Amino acid sequence: MKVEVNISLKEGVLDPEGQAIDNTLRNLGYNNFDNIRTGKQIILNIDETDENEVLKQADKMCQELLVNIVIENYQINIIKDK
Amino acid sequence: MKKRNLELRDINENEYIAQQESNLDQALGMGLSKDEFELICNKINKIPNQTELGIFSAMFSEHCSYKSSKKWLKTLPTKAEHVIQGPGENAGVIDIGNDQAAVFKIESHNHPSFIEPYQGSATGVGGILRDVFTMGARPIALLNALRFGSINHPLTKHLVSGVVKGIGGYGNCIGIPTVGGETNFNKSYDGNILVNAMAVGLAQKDKIFYSAATGAGNPVIYVGAKTGRDGIHGATMASAEFTESSSEKRPTVQVGDPFTGKLLLEACLELMQTDVVLSIQDMGAAGLTSSSVEMASKGGLGMHLNLDLVPIREEGMTSYEIMLSESQERMLMILKPGSEEAAKLIFNKWDLDFANIGEVTNTGRLVLDKNGFEACNIPINPLVEDAPEYDRPYEILQNKKIIKSDDFQSNQTLNDILIKMFKSPNIASKKWIWEQYDSSVMGDTILCNGKSDAAIVKIHGTETKKSLGKGIAMTTDCTPRYVKSDPIIGGMQAVCEAARNIAASGAKPLAITNNLNFGNPEKINVMGEIVGSIKGISQAASTFNTPIVSGNVSLYNETNGQGILPTPVIGMVGIIDEVESCLGISAGNNNTLIILGQKQNFTEGWLGCSLYQEIIIDDFDGAPPPIDLRTEKQIIETIMTLNNNKLLTGAHDISDGGLLTATCEMLFENRLGLNVNLPKTLLSSNSKDHLLHSWCFGEDQNRIIISTNESDKVVSLLKENLIDYYILGTTNTSSNLNLNELDTISIKEIYNINESTIPSLMDTYKS
Amino acid sequence: MRTAVAIFPGSNCDRDMAVAIKKITGKSPLKLWHKDTEAPNLDLIVIPGGFSFGDYLRCGALAARSPIIKNIKNHVSRGGALLGVCNGFQILIEANILPGSLVRNKKLLFTCRETTLEVQDSIQSPFLSSFNTGDCLNIPVAHNEGNYIANNELLKELENNGRIAFKYKKSSEIETDYNPNGSLNDIAGILSKNGRVLGMMPHPERSISSLHGGTDGLKFLTKSIEQIVG
Repeated sequence: MKVEVNISLKEGVLDPEGQAIDNTLRNLGYNNFDNIRTGKQIILNIDETDENEVLKQADKMCQELLVNIVIENYQINIIKDK
Repeated sequence: MKKRNLELRDINENEYIAQQESNLDQALGMGLSKDEFELICNKINKIPNQTELGIFSAMFSEHCSYKSSKKWLKTLPTKAEHVIQGPGENAGVIDIGNDQAAVFKIESHNHPSFIEPYQGSATGVGGILRDVFTMGARPIALLNALRFGSINHPLTKHLVSGVVKGIGGYGNCIGIPTVGGETNFNKSYDGNILVNAMAVGLAQKDKIFYSAATGAGNPVIYVGAKTGRDGIHGATMASAEFTESSSEKRPTVQVGDPFTGKLLLEACLELMQTDVVLSIQDMGAAGLTSSSVEMASKGGLGMHLNLDLVPIREEGMTSYEIMLSESQERMLMILKPGSEEAAKLIFNKWDLDFANIGEVTNTGRLVLDKNGFEACNIPINPLVEDAPEYDRPYEILQNKKIIKSDDFQSNQTLNDILIKMFKSPNIASKKWIWEQYDSSVMGDTILCNGKSDAAIVKIHGTETKKSLGKGIAMTTDCTPRYVKSDPIIGGMQAVCEAARNIAASGAKPLAITNNLNFGNPEKINVMGEIVGSIKGISQAASTFNTPIVSGNVSLYNETNGQGILPTPVIGMVGIIDEVESCLGISAGNNNTLIILGQKQNFTEGWLGCSLYQEIIIDDFDGAPPPIDLRTEKQIIETIMTLNNNKLLTGAHDISDGGLLTATCEMLFENRLGLNVNLPKTLLSSNSKDHLLHSWCFGEDQNRIIISTNESDKVVSLLKENLIDYYILGTTNTSSNLNLNELDTISIKEIYNINESTIPSLMDTYKS
Repeated sequence: MRTAVAIFPGSNCDRDMAVAIKKITGKSPLKLWHKDTEAPNLDLIVIPGGFSFGDYLRCGALAARSPIIKNIKNHVSRGGALLGVCNGFQILIEANILPGSLVRNKKLLFTCRETTLEVQDSIQSPFLSSFNTGDCLNIPVAHNEGNYIANNELLKELENNGRIAFKYKKSSEIETDYNPNGSLNDIAGILSKNGRVLGMMPHPERSISSLHGGTDGLKFLTKSIEQIVG
């Protein structure tokens, strides 16, 4: 089963990359936006069919490796095949 | 001015709370003692509100007040003719001739690096760079002294990987070369690593900037990045012992932004080219609190700030949060009145915030407005002058037990030991680490990272027709095993090794910055380690006329009651008049290796507290090798004389791992061989003989191996000056190290082990 | 000889490059600021190394959207010579002045070390015409994202049309680690179609002194400048 993990910096943690992008977008003339936050996405195919089990395993992977839980938040979504 | 009887409806709830009276429980929660809380109430004639209490707690923290160590720090030698600024400013400043000054300091970021190794070490580098460029100096080099737990501890590789990436992440990006330092492993650091970063900068002697505020009515300017809720109470955290749960603490993590750091560096140096900056201070630990208080206190003045004008990153920040935030890449400046607009243009050019947030006053008070109300009104003096100074009880334990070679029982050959030596991450090449640091940016790095005992960076623009120019030599050193066994000797040894390293690179030792890392000073023996090593450092520094001009103290380095090995790191700076006369460690072919400081009849080496002992018994014990400061000074002067006479091709001091380890390191680069000239009494000994081992691996001090192709001239000069020396042999192209008929050691094999130890440990680990 | 160094927020090899150019021409190059919308007529523009805009988003991506880039493109279309080193190379790729991509080093580690570059059999280019195919230069690298990749079609175009300037080369038979970043076909630098734009990861400006880093970088820059002047 495919899952995606969306990782973002916790609220309040400085996001220098977001700030640099914010600045350049404004230099390019875009002004109608606010509060850019960057993050990353990881997609995994877990060899398991039970949704709860997949979520559980993915969560464990996040805690152990994928996410720096000191400064990052994460969200796991199951990707349903079309 | 508005009064303090505000009501909840006037401002947001959190700010309202911040402005309410505090109590003892809150004081204890912020790390203050009951006595300290009472002292505060007394000195300010009221019960402080929470913001005021937060400010006191930060200023009274060990990190800001040095309350446990101050009494002893005052005993360090800090003066010499070449010292322009000693301890007490953002960094120390020494005269290096040609109207130029070297500005440098070392600082720890131990706790943050354990919690979040990448950001912790990155912000450590950023912080120390700001300390240097705040003084008006352009940073030209970075070093770092790292101590990790046992390589087999489950966290160690993760921490090594993160710390190294973080140091590189900041230093490489801001474009300052990382040229030296040291990395060691010991199980005492398993739960409490040490990350000490040192920066060296270059300034014009008459263009040094200080932090003392001047002139009531002058504008107080905030520049740099915006303020967020990063690292609130980092200063008190840096002074608290670790417990299991502290790795959960999110709010203490500050995120470094080397990009903004670079912009701030350029903007500040550009502004300093004009004459409008009256004083300037980096917002480091305890952020706006310590910077404003220190500037006002040093100038004997007061400060009135409007916190609503501070650029903030997050909604609804309270006065408490703004004052205690440790957001990075920020500075506080006092400008000449009327110059604000011109200054602002420079910061705008670099896309940085620039805010006039208040003015200098002559009230001697710190007054802070928030949302139109007075959030803080306290006298400055008690924050600094009345900060507690403790005379903590101490006992200096000196292990006097002499370990003899006969005490060892093992059945290993010299080759076995050498292999283990270079399989130890403490001895093995740290190339895996150095290659992750940009060591050549700025184009002036002459020698760095393992090529020499001290790094050498050319002073930009000092080239003449005769010479490629002057250079600055830098090193960091400490042997914690020795300090643990005998704090006084250990303190001395750290200074001696640093001076020896500077001299062995061809330079003259000038001055010191120190980073005193210890456990809990409330323990009598730990306090003894602090006092003892300061005594040792003082004696050695006085002998070499290398005063301590800046430094940092990091205490409470304990985890669940277990203290680290006492680690007083010495960062030393020296000068070399012609960089082309610098010395690397590598010997050339057909060079004679001569040990300075080793007597002809020397046979039994000092194995107490040696790495040899650690390899055989997995521990260390006994008295560390003794130090003779007079001899050490002689050796250092001798190598400088030999080098001035252009008689040397290389030099390497004998330290961890002893004579044979140092010899191998000199042979590695060109894969040379050597027939070692053994003392007669050892000629018949076999490869497992412990007396022979002690000669090879003993860590007797005051010794440097030099390589020369003018051995006759060297020897006659040594004889003339009555210097002990021992001729070790002449290098050849065989790639074999022969000790006697029984022992032939392949330098190629040892070299390969040396190169592969750390990569093979780390490459299996993917972060 | 009219030279300029383009500077972005976060550039950090601009001074080093200016020192090297001054050593050769006796004159400091002009400094172009990323916000400059006008640039005089120049013979050579160099985009130096560094971490423009902190390497945020993608290396070179934010710099490639700066106002100065339009000028640099005009300079190229006038036939001006352009050299991008390290981050400068990344910017040239992000600005679509050179093709392909530079991604993270294979070992995922920043790498600062010596490399040996072999001059390739290339089209006419002022940067290479003083060298013979197979000549070697020792020039250091220092980067995190220098792993050059291209699709088959592009690779064929580069290889078959002499658009590869340098490849990393073994300095000895036993060396296995000679390519510092894992780049495709050991590519270290590529040329534009007309040979007048060169992007390279190694830093020639860090190899201009016999005492440190050697002088191969100086030789390369000197010959390049001689050829550009004509």
